[in-house]
Amino acid sequence: MARDAQPGADERESRKHLLAFRQGDVDAFETLFRRHQGAVYGWVLRIVRNPATADELTVETFWRVYRAHARFEPAHGFEGWARRIATRAALDWMRGRRAEVELTGELLTDPAAPAVADPAVSAEIRLKTALAFARLPPKLRIAATLAVVEEQSQREVAEALGISLAAVKLRVFRALRLLRKDLERQGIRP
Amino acid sequence: MNAHDEDRLKKLLREALPPVEGEPEPGRDLWPAVLKRLDEKSAAPPWFDWALLAGLVGLVAFFPASIPVLLYYL
Repeated sequence: MARDAQPGADERESRKHLLAFRQGDVDAFETLFRRHQGAVYGWVLRIVRNPATADELTVETFWRVYRAHARFEPAHGFEGWARRIATRAALDWMRGRRAEVELTGELLTDPAAPAVADPAVSAEIRLKTALAFARLPPKLRIAATLAVVEEQSQREVAEALGISLAAVKLRVFRALRLLRKDLERQGIRP
Repeated sequence: MNAHDEDRLKKLLREALPPVEGEPEPGRDLWPAVLKRLDEKSAAPPWFDWALLAGLVGLVAFFPASIPVLLYYL
């Protein structure tokens, strides 16, 4: 019986925190931070692919989240809203950096990623592909990273970017077309 | 670009940039950094304070006669 009552109590507790956060309550904000920081960090890491930068952008995201507390709509949920802000923070960060600088060694040898490299694809081709991808405009790169590399659903990508499904598809298509052209210029035919 | 080319390009991209696996967690507690950031930002004057200051400076520069009035209200 107590178990049955638990979800309702949790829900009430969550709602209480969301409403308090909307009023600017820092304790409620900390509770929400503790609950959602993993999801926000994971999302940002998937975009920027660098743990130190993901730490920095998670902090930036939650700072922006707090700053916007009065505009928060509890009925729409916290995580999707925080994810949208995180995506915007990551996009701003990408726009502020040169592609070559951004592409560090750890991006190519991500410790969290399994060794799935196809032996038919040489390390040089992988490096050139990663560099060509890093040269794409941030708006296209972020859509392709989430939809193609990370295989997130297009609906989730659309929500995070605040655009329509059709716009996600278009951005992914344009990203792939530009990537292909760049690789072809380098003599690589994917 | 046909569907086959697109699939090959996607595969190559995933080879070049392996997806992040599992549910990664930050390597440290980020809450102290968030709090520090909130304190730093709240200490900085908001933009409208700067705008008000600029307005006052402009007023004093163009209408020096307004200085006694301002001093009276300070």
